[in-house]
Amino acid sequence: MIFLEKTLAVATKYGYMFVDGIFYTLLLSAITVFFGTIMGSLLSMLRMSRFSVVRFIATAYIEIIRGTPLLLQLYLFYFLLPDLLPFLDDKFLCICIALVLNSAAYISEIVRAGIQAVDRGQAEAARSLGMSGVQNMLRIILPQAVRNILPALCNEFIMVIKETSLASTFFIGDIMSQYKKIQGLTYLVIEPLLIAGIIYFMLTFSLSKVVAAFERRLKTSD
Amino acid sequence: MTDQPMIYVEDLYKGFGTLKVLKGITEHVNKGEVVSIIGPSGSGKSTFLRCLNLLEEPDSGKVFFEGVEITAKGVNINVHRQRMGMVFQLFNIFPHLSVIENISIAPTMLKGIPKAQSKKAAELLLERVGLQDKRNEHPSKLSGGQKQRLAIIRALAMEPDVMLFDEPTSALDPEMVGEVLDVIKSLVSEGMTSVIVTHEMGFAREISDRVLFMDEGMIAEQGPPQALFGDPQNQRTKEFLSKVLY
Ligand SMILES: Nc1ncnc2c1ncn2[C@@H]1O[C@H](COP(=O)(O)OP(=O)(O)OP(=O)(O)O)[C@@H](O)[C@H]1O
Ligand SMILES: [Mg+2]
Repeated sequence: MIFLEKTLAVATKYGYMFVDGIFYTLLLSAITVFFGTIMGSLLSMLRMSRFSVVRFIATAYIEIIRGTPLLLQLYLFYFLLPDLLPFLDDKFLCICIALVLNSAAYISEIVRAGIQAVDRGQAEAARSLGMSGVQNMLRIILPQAVRNILPALCNEFIMVIKETSLASTFFIGDIMSQYKKIQGLTYLVIEPLLIAGIIYFMLTFSLSKVVAAFERRLKTSD
Repeated sequence: MTDQPMIYVEDLYKGFGTLKVLKGITEHVNKGEVVSIIGPSGSGKSTFLRCLNLLEEPDSGKVFFEGVEITAKGVNINVHRQRMGMVFQLFNIFPHLSVIENISIAPTMLKGIPKAQSKKAAELLLERVGLQDKRNEHPSKLSGGQKQRLAIIRALAMEPDVMLFDEPTSALDPEMVGEVLDVIKSLVSEGMTSVIVTHEMGFAREISDRVLFMDEGMIAEQGPPQALFGDPQNQRTKEFLSKVLY
């Protein structure tokens, strides 16, 4: 009982800090997935380029990003970026860039899979009518691929919400950063952790329900 | 060069990896001519047809269309494909567009025809194949036969000079074959130059000016339908026909 009372007391007293944390976690995730989608789409085009050098570079990038830990990448960009580009001395910005570069690699594979899942006959029909490769991609393939891509992209958003917790290493205001601050203020470990966990779960669980409903609608409107 | 063939193919070779599919084909299709291609499965009929509009790129050899070598370097094939309609075995209707948009998208996009005008032209085409009631439907609501009729008028909307058909009725339920063949017949009777890969021997015999029998990547025999079906010369042709005609 004492434990629950303490947890409630922490939630009441420091709730506003967690609200800040939710804001930053969602902001960071939204920025990551938004720019990650733009960059990931471009990357997937490079990955499917007819020039083997371009394909190789894109593939190498994707493999390296996916083959090394995100935490390592965060450290690297956190320390390296301000050194290389002195105007980038905002740590939130550096973390954002690292997260975007990371998630672009994953999203490019989502986009590629979505495009390749479109029946080959579609492109053949479009090209046989005289459409160029670009016209075919923009008007025939991508509109169909979006249906495959969107649900996976929403799942990526849910993943990123959890992954941004790694950025708390650098105290950038997300839920886990706030947890650490509250822990420092209260000398309590478990109680604020429980609250953070509940918040994460509520965020991801409700979002995945939304995605599932959304996916059902995409299917039935077919 | 007034009587140059509409399509002329010279010494065409095509393989996939180590598999040699086309082994030196020289052939022509005249303006207004209806040419059917028959032959065993895997003999290269589809590959040959797809080389005509370069959906498959030949390994060697030349393809001329209306006097232009489209296999030459620097040719913008998209311009030439606009004048070569193609109909596929599996229809390949665009599922994200309505029935009428399937027809009007290419003329609007490629010929710069205003949307309203190309939709009007599309309506006429829909009427012609009896699909006017379906104009705003989603293509998933169409039967196989209706999809194939739609695919044919989608190609016609570009006002092509030649139509290429790759087994247009092979994926259809038997009761829908007739309605699609009727559309092709009416096209042909209006003088549309056509190249038709088909397993429908009766149909090939009825509408063709010339029939090509393909076997193992070559044209083993060719001639007018009465001769080829009635009195085949090549041993392989005889075997094939005795199998498919019982
Ligand atoms: N894209 C491809 N990659 C590899 N092999 C292919 C490809 N397309 C066709 N082939 C092979 O080439 C050969 C000829 O194929 P093609 O489709 O031209 O035959 P077909 O005469 O049209 O046969 P069918 O009557 O079954 O349609 C086949 O052995 C086929 O497996
Ligand atoms: Mg075939």
